[in-house]
Amino acid sequence: MNATRWMFLIPILPLAGAMLNGFVGRRLPRSLVALVACGGPIASFCLAVLWFFELRSSGDELVNWLGDWFALAGLDVPFGFRLDNLSAVMAVMITGVGSLIHVYSVGYMSKDAGYARYFTYLNLFMGSMLILVLADNIVLLFLGWEGVGLCSYLLIGFWYEDEANARAGKKAFIVNRIGDFGFLLGILLIYVTHGTFDLRQINTDAAGGVVSASGLAISDVAKLWIPLLLFIGATGKSAQIPLHVWLPDAMAGPTPVSALIHAATMVTSGVYMVARLGAVYSAAPSVMLVVAVIGVVTALVAGFIAMSQYDIKKVLAYSTVSQLGYMFLAAGLGAYGIAIFHLVTHAFFKGLLFLGAGAVIHSLHHEQDMRRMGGLRKELPVTFALMLIGTLAIAGCPLLAGFYSKDAILEQAMEKNLILWAIGAATAVLTSFYMFRLLAMTFLGERRGAGAHAGDHAPGGHHDDHHAHAGPVKEAPAVMLAPMAVLAGLSICGGIVFHDLPAFVDSAHVAAHGVLGALVSPSGLLGTVFFLGGAWAAWFFFVKSPATREAVASRNPAGRVLWRFSHGKLFVDELYDALVVRPLDVLSQIFYLLVDRLLIDVVLVSGTSFCARVVGSTLRLLQTGRVPTYAGWLVGGAVVLLIVIFMVLNGR
Amino acid sequence: MDGETALNLVIFLPAAAGLALLLLPGRLHGLIRGAALTATIVTFALSIGLLRNFDPAADGPTPFQFVTSIEWIPSLGIGYRVGLDGISLFLVLLTTLISPIAILGSWTGIKERVREFHIALLFLETGMIGVFAATDLALFYVFWEVMLIPMILLIGIWGSKDRIYAAVKFFVYTMVGSLLMFLAILYLYAHLASEGVESFSLTTIYAGLLDHPLSFPEQVTLFSAFALSFAIKVPLFPLHTWLPDAHTEAPTAGSVVLAGVLLKMGTYGFIRFAIPFFPDAAVAAVPWISWLAIIGIIFGAMMCLVQEDMKRLIAYSSVSHLGLVMVGLFAYGSSGFNSKAVVGSIYQMLSHGVSTGALFLLVGLIYERTHSRRISDYGGFAKIVPRFAAIFFVTLLASIGLPALSGFVGEFLILTGTFETNRLYAVLAATGIVLGALYMLNLYQRVMLGKADEKRPAVADVNFREMVYMTPLIVLMVLMGIRSPWFTRLIEPSVERWLETFRVAAAG
Repeated sequence: MNATRWMFLIPILPLAGAMLNGFVGRRLPRSLVALVACGGPIASFCLAVLWFFELRSSGDELVNWLGDWFALAGLDVPFGFRLDNLSAVMAVMITGVGSLIHVYSVGYMSKDAGYARYFTYLNLFMGSMLILVLADNIVLLFLGWEGVGLCSYLLIGFWYEDEANARAGKKAFIVNRIGDFGFLLGILLIYVTHGTFDLRQINTDAAGGVVSASGLAISDVAKLWIPLLLFIGATGKSAQIPLHVWLPDAMAGPTPVSALIHAATMVTSGVYMVARLGAVYSAAPSVMLVVAVIGVVTALVAGFIAMSQYDIKKVLAYSTVSQLGYMFLAAGLGAYGIAIFHLVTHAFFKGLLFLGAGAVIHSLHHEQDMRRMGGLRKELPVTFALMLIGTLAIAGCPLLAGFYSKDAILEQAMEKNLILWAIGAATAVLTSFYMFRLLAMTFLGERRGAGAHAGDHAPGGHHDDHHAHAGPVKEAPAVMLAPMAVLAGLSICGGIVFHDLPAFVDSAHVAAHGVLGALVSPSGLLGTVFFLGGAWAAWFFFVKSPATREAVASRNPAGRVLWRFSHGKLFVDELYDALVVRPLDVLSQIFYLLVDRLLIDVVLVSGTSFCARVVGSTLRLLQTGRVPTYAGWLVGGAVVLLIVIFMVLNGR
Repeated sequence: MDGETALNLVIFLPAAAGLALLLLPGRLHGLIRGAALTATIVTFALSIGLLRNFDPAADGPTPFQFVTSIEWIPSLGIGYRVGLDGISLFLVLLTTLISPIAILGSWTGIKERVREFHIALLFLETGMIGVFAATDLALFYVFWEVMLIPMILLIGIWGSKDRIYAAVKFFVYTMVGSLLMFLAILYLYAHLASEGVESFSLTTIYAGLLDHPLSFPEQVTLFSAFALSFAIKVPLFPLHTWLPDAHTEAPTAGSVVLAGVLLKMGTYGFIRFAIPFFPDAAVAAVPWISWLAIIGIIFGAMMCLVQEDMKRLIAYSSVSHLGLVMVGLFAYGSSGFNSKAVVGSIYQMLSHGVSTGALFLLVGLIYERTHSRRISDYGGFAKIVPRFAAIFFVTLLASIGLPALSGFVGEFLILTGTFETNRLYAVLAATGIVLGALYMLNLYQRVMLGKADEKRPAVADVNFREMVYMTPLIVLMVLMGIRSPWFTRLIEPSVERWLETFRVAAAG
């Protein structure tokens, strides 16, 4: 098939699936719903792979226009898609990981009443995400950007009967919209500066420092503010400080959703956007520094919070925030290819970890609190093995996927900015620590407190038995384990197989080492040390000597304060609540009473009530319901009017 | 049928049908509803014919097409002059679409004085179409006033508890504005007549004012009078307080017509009269109006956050949305009024008509079943009425400007144009996108999500009749969202032409 004519099929096929399941899914048998739901993404995956290889062999970008969205003089936005190296990598990753998670969902959601609705949203998400990465202009990218945000809202609040889930969805949408506010202003500034929305053209202009259409130099203000405003959008979508607060709450959604949307794909859109507009960012070194600093600080802070969470999904959520921080660190250092490299490997192992967590939660009848887990390696050996692979990969075990991508980032930092490197290195230790802690608390030791009390974060209402811990703990079905196995395979060899990815995505990238060279480079060796150090600490505190942990966390004053802050998530939610949420509410209430009810209505229009009484009694006479009266009114009014016009004008 | 005949039919067919209803016995409710519905549907079909025959490339002596011009009171230069350009064309279409939908939406809700209700609606339709189609200032004013009466009756007779208060408030507000405008029209006529231009024809007035401009103080005074009248209709902060009351008390059809069409008469008045008649004054008023509009955007949204009544909330959201329309209309920069922003404003007027009209229909629909508009009486309705929830959600997304739905196109064009002329205004106006999401999702959550009250009596989901009238609106929200060139193709040339009908003295 000719890609220049049919490329739009990549986003359209999942959208078509969404339409089908959305309109008639409730009346279809579940097997058919599943077939439609998985068919779209898998077909898109095949097309994406096909065209990916075509692109790789020919080197020609593929473009596809599908009519106009906006067509005004000087403002023209097509439904245009472009498959270049970057978007091809993203499209293959999204459709690939997406298809796996769709298949997994068939098992995970098998008993849910909202089966068709779930897959409708999930397909809609795939379509939006693919529009986002394939868009050839930033307004269409924004369409995808808002579309994925919408699906995120719908899926976080999927079990909406539990008020908390609905609130979490809303929070995600609102926080994202705050970011989008910046993003939209960035788009407007691009338009008035560059006179175009075309991503390729914007990059070309930014690289040259001149707007090609007008020949005018791009002002310093625009150079600075365009990337900065767009980055505000990225902090929202990719959950970076200060807009990271929605992602942990987003774990209220079904776990496959967390894997797909809140780990592998949507939350990486911010990183993709920065890489997509790489030339714009490279033209503003100060903004690059901001990106790198926000990224690395987020990485550290989120890693710090992840250390002390008990909800298995919250740990993974903060881990995701932290890993996204790494990606922004890479992007901020100008290593866009490496950022995308980590984005892809992260999709493998974090997708795997979430699916693994989902399998655990599924087996434990929706228990998410790790304090009531433990010892599951005996009952869930396959899940344990797969989770172990994921953990090794994210923690940076040499030869595995995460090792290569993280090492590449830290090596860049080591070369360019030692402070950033030091923070990134500390995060690496934390990563290894909190991941092995998760593994230890879930799978090692003995089972703790099964059925002690209901889980605080159990997704409510959709399973009648979700509080019942009775029954044997069983391994998840094959339909769930198989996609995990594929991701595990990718987590193991992804770093080696896709070693050339940075250079493929970013032609300016120069590979520092080969596959083996990275192992013995200074950065690689240090990385191995961080991995071992974190793992050892987790083993020591959670397996060998839990008493020492108790001592550090509760009796040592410094330890206690640190633990409180970590466990309390630095109290950012509480801060925002006090500074923004409540004041807005109170202010609105005051304005309503003071300005709208009192000032304007009573004081300014005090005449109204008087008139109301006078005219009101007249109107009541009218209410007799006699039509001739109304008709008389109509005619009479018109006549009086004409007479007045006549008299006034003739008397002039 | 030629376009002129069709346009005249579109204007008068509803009123004629209204008169015909008088001949029917008032007890035959079904027949009356059927007749009224048929008349409005035929009117809509005729107006679609106008759309098909409209030629965006036409370059005649006037900006208007399908022109009828008959002298009415020749001694004063008053004529029956009607015609459409790309701007009024779509507003007429909006009116003819909303009217049958309003009738269908009141099919079971209105049980008393059914015949009179439909007569009022039909006369209202003629009045509204007349306002948009009139190309004679005096004729416009006649329609403007005529239209008020059925609207007041709709609120005052078929409204809910505090209907009299709301009707009177609406009446007082609009009459104050109308009277001032009336005086301004007289002055304007006198001015032109003294220069030998004795006509109320719009094209003649435009040309006359180019040749014989008013002095700046005159412009300011007259602009203020027109602007006040239109600003009340928009409504521009702080003249908006009639709106929540009128909306809340009006019957569903009244709210739908108010939000869908009536508010646009204010913004349309600025486009057709206030700005081209008094361009220098309009330019001088840019900061005033922009700031009031921006306050309206933010203030209206904040009011939405604290409302307990669904209709009131949607009414305040109109204040916010129409504020954005005003910001776009008054986006004025070094190269004059910004055509992108103006096209965006017109687009937003249409989109708001469709989406807010739909929101009021939906509230009316659920009110018929539960007899409550209090948000706190709801909760968990998505489970009970899933089809309703889906339609409600899509409508709400269109309203908050999600890309690929109608609201985004207008918002985006307005913000782009405004950003070109004044970045501060654009930035402040864009805060609406955050606040809009906040109040609308709050509303959705409180009404639709959470656990349903199990003791609540069963509520039926959207039925066939309701699907029939909601479907075209939903389709339009999507079409307007992804195929904006179909609409802007006709609007943009008229806006360009509009910009040529007046010159701004200050800009030289």
